Amino acid sequence: MRPLSPHLQIYKPQLTSIMSILHRLTGVILSLGLLPFVYWLHAIANGEASYQQIQVIFNSTLGIIALIAWSFALFYHLCNGIRHLFWDAGLGLDLKQAYRSGYLVWLSALLLTAGTWLVIFLETCE
Amino acid sequence: MKRRFGKGSLRSPLAQVKNLGSARDGTTHFIMQRLTAIALVPLLLWFVYCLATFVTADYHTIVTWIKQPFTTVALILLIFVLFYHAHFGLAEVLEDYFHDSIKKTLAMVSMKFLIISITVMSVVDVLRIALGN
Repeated sequence: MRPLSPHLQIYKPQLTSIMSILHRLTGVILSLGLLPFVYWLHAIANGEASYQQIQVIFNSTLGIIALIAWSFALFYHLCNGIRHLFWDAGLGLDLKQAYRSGYLVWLSALLLTAGTWLVIFLETCE
Repeated sequence: MKRRFGKGSLRSPLAQVKNLGSARDGTTHFIMQRLTAIALVPLLLWFVYCLATFVTADYHTIVTWIKQPFTTVALILLIFVLFYHAHFGLAEVLEDYFHDSIKKTLAMVSMKFLIISITVMSVVDVLRIALGN
């Protein structure tokens, strides 16, 4: 028998537990995001006409919302992944440090997402 | 009781740690997941930065960019490492949420077939762009 996890219904949500499940959730979302990535490469390989078609999808309102969500999921998973790597090395494991690194992950992920879209915004203005 | 390990045994101590855990591959999974994670940090930052700066680029600019040897190599590396990492993560999720052994095996095999297929497809597409006219 494998040990059973604590039942989530009787657990008060905490920053650490929410961030843990979000790591898995963003991981699954990013895996699904591999399909548009493959489609994008395939469209480029198929020539200019098919590339223009996919550009229309990416430039639509829904496409841009999906890309913003995707970029945030990516940066969240990347930053929190680095937090996990520190834990694997035995660093930052006490509660206070775990909370501090948790807030740092949120801040870095938001800043990286904002920075990326600032670059995109400035590029489109030129 | 017959001694299976230790002095006088033909089995190496390595056999004691191999094939353990719910994935039956002991620590390999753990180590490879972290190695791919480390490699993905520079690869993904590079890729997302390039995509962001190429947002207004036309088709020929993108193709010329992919044709550069550095980009071709980096993109293929990104595809292998990223898809391999995704496969580890998805395997972990399937191991946790599928309790029925047959369903778990089916889900795992389908996931692996899909990941391997899209990995090969993507690499072929990068090569088609890089080597095409």
